[in-house]
Amino acid sequence: MSKNVTTSLPVASSFGETMRPGKWWIEPLAVVLGLGFFITYSTWAAFQGEHYHFGNYLSPFYSPELFGESHHAVFGPKPSWWLSWLPWSPAFLILWAPGGFRFTCYYYRGAYYKAFWADPPSCAVGEPRKSYWGERSFPLILQNVHRYFMYLALLFVVFLSYDVWRATFFEDAVTGIESRGIGIGTIVLAINVILLGGYTLGCHSLRHLIGGKLNVLFDKPIRRTAHDCVTCLNRRHMLFAWMSLFWVGFSDVYVRLCSMGIWTDWRLF
Amino acid sequence: MRTATFNIWRGDADGGEFKEYTTELSEGMVVLDAMHQVQAEQAQDLAIRWNCKAGKCGSCSAEVNGMPKLMCMTRMSDLPTDEPITIQPLKAFPPIKDLVTDVSWNYEVKKKITPFKPREPDFEDGSWEMHQSDVDRIQEFRKCIECYLCQDVCHVLRDHHMHEEFVGPRFLVYSAALEMHPLDTEERKKELREDKGVGLCNITKCCTKVCPEGITITDNAIIPLKERVVDDAYDPITKLVQLVTKK
Repeated sequence: MSKNVTTSLPVASSFGETMRPGKWWIEPLAVVLGLGFFITYSTWAAFQGEHYHFGNYLSPFYSPELFGESHHAVFGPKPSWWLSWLPWSPAFLILWAPGGFRFTCYYYRGAYYKAFWADPPSCAVGEPRKSYWGERSFPLILQNVHRYFMYLALLFVVFLSYDVWRATFFEDAVTGIESRGIGIGTIVLAINVILLGGYTLGCHSLRHLIGGKLNVLFDKPIRRTAHDCVTCLNRRHMLFAWMSLFWVGFSDVYVRLCSMGIWTDWRLF
Repeated sequence: MRTATFNIWRGDADGGEFKEYTTELSEGMVVLDAMHQVQAEQAQDLAIRWNCKAGKCGSCSAEVNGMPKLMCMTRMSDLPTDEPITIQPLKAFPPIKDLVTDVSWNYEVKKKITPFKPREPDFEDGSWEMHQSDVDRIQEFRKCIECYLCQDVCHVLRDHHMHEEFVGPRFLVYSAALEMHPLDTEERKKELREDKGVGLCNITKCCTKVCPEGITITDNAIIPLKERVVDDAYDPITKLVQLVTKK
């Protein structure tokens, strides 16, 4: 039987208004917590400027170490031109590049627009603001720089791969002679490269530049195969984005705690 | 016999309200069946647009518990019946009556998109050579049934009512199908940026989530279009390479 219910059709809903039952806010909350935790930890770790290397292990937050006090430093110690009143950490010179890659990443953009800007908070849920500019006006038009960060991120995968290679050398504490081997840290850093590689090589911009921009790929078998591979990784872009985010943070924790003597790095062989 | 209670929006362009109906459920019922049952037994004047009952005509689009869905493809067994189920018309378009909305804005938008223009035929009989690998990705876009659920869930249309500046996910998919066609010779990047509002999409992927045909709208259509627009307007290195190689 019918009876009247005093509810009106919610057109242009107010903030958080929705007819969706259930906990729609769990997903944006998880993004806020996940990204918030990572940003807080990585900022803290970058400011430390110590305990970022252990033996031949180098924290990915500090790689490549352009200038610094460790034996990983490419160009020697802290540069003299660094302004004395500025805080110093080797991470400051490089962390902006992978940070920019993630910040402008198509997946993260969609995720943090929803989670941090509530634009919208979730699908079919009302927004807090009436005005909307999207990505066609300043400042969000700058997100189009993503492909340049992608070029840098590819370089970082190469640097981090070299770090894994270096992490297979262990120095004898007594004789100082290096020998080849694998430690838990080697595996941690190797997994980091695999996950970061999966994330970077599945980038939407790379997918476009490597072949997606062309309408005919049949006569370009190498580009077609490369495009197919990137597309395959791109389907799991969100998964790789989160796994690599977690693991790059864990890799820093691992190296840091080993360096502080809290964790022991077991050598497998 | 199991029953379900529905809060169905009843009204027209001048306004309306939700009315509660309780009806019996039977095995295999979908939401559209339930609406027809309510219509037959309790509300003969309930307006519903429907046609194929097979998820192929895109007519019975509505919002079921606040999410855009095809009523014919939404099984009652998948919905919780301990609370009333809300059924309302698409919110991005003007209501006509009850669950029927005026989606004619979409037809007008489609007319404004630069149509397909193939290159000269490859053979004397007027045919072309194409390879399956080159049409695979646009065939995904051809699955669209124009149900406009993606248009409805897109917050640019739904909440900001930017119908004058943004064509919506459906017509970005349509543009992508034309723009990526191996035979097409037209140029749409400038109009996508300036008139069709591709830059207004902020990649929330809600359109992909609600597509009943499973088209990966955001990743396979909108983002590739955004990247082509970047080539055209925002990437000085690509422009320089194009200038040097004259491509």
